[in-house]
Amino acid sequence: MNKNWPLWEVFIRSKAGLNHKHVGSLHAADAEMAIQNARDVYTRRNEGVSIWVVESKHITASDPEDADQMYEPAKDKVYRHPTFYNLPDELKHM
Amino acid sequence: MDTALLEQRFNEKIDRDVRIEPKDWMPDHYRKTLIRQISQHAHSEIVGMLPEANWITRAPSLRRKAAALAKVQDEAGHGLYLYSACETLGVERDDLLSDLHSGKAKYSSIFNYPTLSWADMGAIGWLVDGAAIMNQVPLCRASYGPYARAMVRVCKEESFHQRQGYEIMLTLSKGSEVQKKMAQDALNRWWWPSLMMFGPTDAESKHTEQSMRWGIKRFTNDELRQKFVDATVPQADLLGLTIPDKDLKWNEERGHYDFGAINWDEFFNVISGNGPCNKQRLDARNKAWEEGAWVREAANAYAEKKAKRKAA
Repeated sequence: MNKNWPLWEVFIRSKAGLNHKHVGSLHAADAEMAIQNARDVYTRRNEGVSIWVVESKHITASDPEDADQMYEPAKDKVYRHPTFYNLPDELKHM
Repeated sequence: MDTALLEQRFNEKIDRDVRIEPKDWMPDHYRKTLIRQISQHAHSEIVGMLPEANWITRAPSLRRKAAALAKVQDEAGHGLYLYSACETLGVERDDLLSDLHSGKAKYSSIFNYPTLSWADMGAIGWLVDGAAIMNQVPLCRASYGPYARAMVRVCKEESFHQRQGYEIMLTLSKGSEVQKKMAQDALNRWWWPSLMMFGPTDAESKHTEQSMRWGIKRFTNDELRQKFVDATVPQADLLGLTIPDKDLKWNEERGHYDFGAINWDEFFNVISGNGPCNKQRLDARNKAWEEGAWVREAANAYAEKKAKRKAA
């Protein structure tokens, strides 16, 4: 039997108050080992206070080919931004 | 979409300095070149642990020992960041490793030289890591996202490697006559192999032009080598050591140091497997892999057992 250890994606919260951010991946036999390996590989210099690991096969990603239809519709909707609206200068703090 | 159009879009992205990400379309040759470059780099980090590991138990103080351990651990980490980046291109980690173990894959020629004295730890940190940094800093802007991100992490960590090496050289060169001699001897042996780390001359380098076009190489080998020489000569002066090159002198007109001819026969000889330690390095990697097999299997068996228990 020679099964490769599965691949895991690693996410790290750099300090309390910030979100977890993807930092890379690694191989481990199970989730517990993935956390331990992530600690050694990705937090040798106080880079984090919390680690998430997810087996890579569980991640569903959007297709870059679809980028146009996915994100193009937002481009012409400038009225979603506060600067679209004309207000008098006298109005402060809004 | 036809390949010509995809390739045109890809080239436009490269021209606009937009990063390429794993799921984006890329030319097959770009993918293959990256796999070769990133995996060679990863292998170099892993094999690079070997010459230094030899000195961990022989470090002259606890402070030096702690630094040596941390440095070697970083190198393992760098290898792992790079293997992960490489895997995003669709290769399996085990295939990369088996290419290293069989001798099919290359790694940096510098690690095929022996570490004979403690001063070699200083010279390696100062020169070998110094040369590596010269090479790696521009790669933080490489066109392939996962590679560039891995290089950012590597470069952040590598700076301590060079500084601790230079500190060792500084201590030795300000020490007794014997210590100073040891430092000079290490410089004598590591200087030329360090210059060779930048690879063949631009005229001889077969991948440079295409790799520059693709943004996976930002400066040519000769440009980087010159930068390294210019940066390192004043550092040697500060140590009071002599760089073993009688042709080395400042060229006012060029604004650079001129330096002597590199022994390329030696370089190609070491690259093709005949350096002083090639066999020893590969044997050590193969031994570690084989003797670790039961650990990999046991971890799998334990993971399966736990999963079954959880399901029950």
